[in-house]
Amino acid sequence: MMNNILVFLMVLPILAGIILIFFRTNRRVQIVGSLGTMAAVAIISIYLLNKIQNTGILRLDFGGWEPPFGILFVADSFSMLLVVTTSIVSLICLLYAVIAAGKQMSTLYFHPSVLFLNAGVIGSFMTGDMFNLFVCFEVMLLSSYVLLTLGGSKRQVREAIKYVSINIVSSWFFLVALAYLYGSVGTLNMAHLAERVAEEGQGPLLTTVSILFLLVFSLKAGLLLYFWLPGSYSTPPAVTSALFGALLTKVGIYALFRVFSLIFPHQPELTLSLIGFMAAITLIGGSLGAVSTNDIRKIAAYNVVIAVGFILVGLAVSTPSAIEGSIYYLIHDMVVKALLFLIIGAMISLTGTAQIGKMSGLMKNYPLLGWSFFIAMLSLAGVPPFSGFIGKVLISEGAIENGHLFLLAVSLLSSLFVLYSLLRIFKNCFWGETIISKDEQLPLHKGILVPCVILVLLTAGIGLGGEGLSVYVADAANTLLNPQIYIDAVLGEQQ
Amino acid sequence: METLIIILVGVLTAVAIYLVLSRNLIRVILGTAILSHAVHLLILTMGGLKTGTVPLLGEAETVYVDALPQALILTAIVISFAVTAFILVLAYRAYQELGTDDLEEMRGANDE
Amino acid sequence: MKINDVILKTVAKAVVLVIITFGIYLFFSGHNTPGGGFIGGLVLASAFVLLFLSYDVETVSEGVPISFKKLSAFGVLLSLSSALAPVFFGKPFLSQSFGYFDLPLFGKTELATVTVFEAGIALTVVGVVVNIILSISEGTK
Repeated sequence: MMNNILVFLMVLPILAGIILIFFRTNRRVQIVGSLGTMAAVAIISIYLLNKIQNTGILRLDFGGWEPPFGILFVADSFSMLLVVTTSIVSLICLLYAVIAAGKQMSTLYFHPSVLFLNAGVIGSFMTGDMFNLFVCFEVMLLSSYVLLTLGGSKRQVREAIKYVSINIVSSWFFLVALAYLYGSVGTLNMAHLAERVAEEGQGPLLTTVSILFLLVFSLKAGLLLYFWLPGSYSTPPAVTSALFGALLTKVGIYALFRVFSLIFPHQPELTLSLIGFMAAITLIGGSLGAVSTNDIRKIAAYNVVIAVGFILVGLAVSTPSAIEGSIYYLIHDMVVKALLFLIIGAMISLTGTAQIGKMSGLMKNYPLLGWSFFIAMLSLAGVPPFSGFIGKVLISEGAIENGHLFLLAVSLLSSLFVLYSLLRIFKNCFWGETIISKDEQLPLHKGILVPCVILVLLTAGIGLGGEGLSVYVADAANTLLNPQIYIDAVLGEQQ
Repeated sequence: METLIIILVGVLTAVAIYLVLSRNLIRVILGTAILSHAVHLLILTMGGLKTGTVPLLGEAETVYVDALPQALILTAIVISFAVTAFILVLAYRAYQELGTDDLEEMRGANDE
Repeated sequence: MKINDVILKTVAKAVVLVIITFGIYLFFSGHNTPGGGFIGGLVLASAFVLLFLSYDVETVSEGVPISFKKLSAFGVLLSLSSALAPVFFGKPFLSQSFGYFDLPLFGKTELATVTVFEAGIALTVVGVVVNIILSISEGTK
């Protein structure tokens, strides 16, 4: 039977985005269209995730061209878990945008851009072809350029120039790596690549190509090469930051996991130790950054960097439990980073400043916001029963099994820095003397808290109901660790 | 022939890097455009340079060139075209907003 | 600034027609020989750009009352629907088919669904290119 349903995950957002362009001025159509589309994507992806557990990996050959000749979409547990999380998080962020942002935002092509961004992210998760991955990356990046510059304040324009230039250079490296890869093995289908590289042996040339890919994806993920990240993630409106923080770096992380577990797993002593080294420096740099600034948006952005380092410790360790931990942490981080950026956006819109020193005592005025932040903080620091805990435990377990004690120490220390940097916000901004008196208190739009509360419930739910996810996560980790399953599913007969 | 083209790719890349590292925003954009030309040429070379016809229907020839790199390049050209167009518009906006196209003058955190 | 551009305007009138014809030729020849939607679209767009250069934006917008933003969106929509159509016939996404038909006047003609896809691409390219030129030229007076 045909698996055409796979492509709808990417095509639905594009289709809806285009249709929304025609109804630019109609706010209601924009809202209903974008929310409905993301809900549909979420439902389809949950259905597919369950289906994969019974049928194994699904694939769709575009135009009926069988692999390795055509391009294709592949759905395994890892990619579908991420697609499910992506669609749910985007849905909630869009909800926040609808409630919080004014009319202006919805008519400025905001909703179509978010939908195109999602199409790019989901396409990157599902594609089974390296060049198609590049194309999906570019779809995602182009929409992120548009989202970053919407509004067009001085600061946004300046950060956008940096962000666009750095991404052009990294896309260039991506193309160079693809060119050399194609020149040396003559294919770009991921499963076929994996087979060819295994046959030929991963010699010095192919290892160099793999390092080029490492460079490209770590620029996108913010692994070691994260210098562009705090600036560009802290300038746009809250919703955009939340979407960026939740989705963009994750695509780079996904690509790293896919490429180094499927295509280039043969020189772990070089590639994986390099990733471990880079992850350690990322953790240290991110931690120092998070405590060095008083701008709450920058603190949140540096927390993104720390999480990237932490997840990649799991890849560097590469034991079954560490990979499972990374997948848990990836899902957790998408949910909680969105929550963190949304709360911080609400704080900034309430007080009109982003400096820690200039706000205090928000707890009196907005208790629910304060406690949401508190839970986000606990979850990020990895306190049970919230979602960060499982991931941290599993990654630490893997690191101990494999004797990566230095990485373990750095990653646990970084958790303390996460806790400290967020506690600083919590203590200074929510406690202390109330600066806003009862009568000049800006009315917090009640609806703003709805998305935040949903995310809080989600992080608690993932933490408490981790057992329910474990089937999917175990399957995802199993596929990552045994590339042959993936290769057979793609190059075998269409079921 | 391949060696010659690879040297050309190197020269183009060097030119592009020189331009990207300059202070003028328009030069940076021109640099990224040349950068993309260099990599398109690289992809073409990696597919192997040989004489043959286009692998299309209705041609009687038996010697064909590898079509895949050309498809890749066409896609990459479209993408780099879109990105270059975007960054040109962005540069124009930046010039309007910030009143300069000099990257040195653009830095600084006066408005933060 | 007003320049004496009688020559440019007169030449443009004739050349635009040639460019458009060539663009359409490239578009159709792309089926079996070099050419295609993207290239055809670029050439068509260059005709519009020439018009914008030799006349001013207002005059051209009066003569060609199309919203180029919507044109590009429509192009993507067209391509996407031609890619999605086979899904409803139980074929994989992006499948194409072609057949030979006996048409009056043309005789035996090959008709392929891929032309619809390419037409969408051509419209998108025209829309996007003209849009970019217009958005850069805005407010330069």
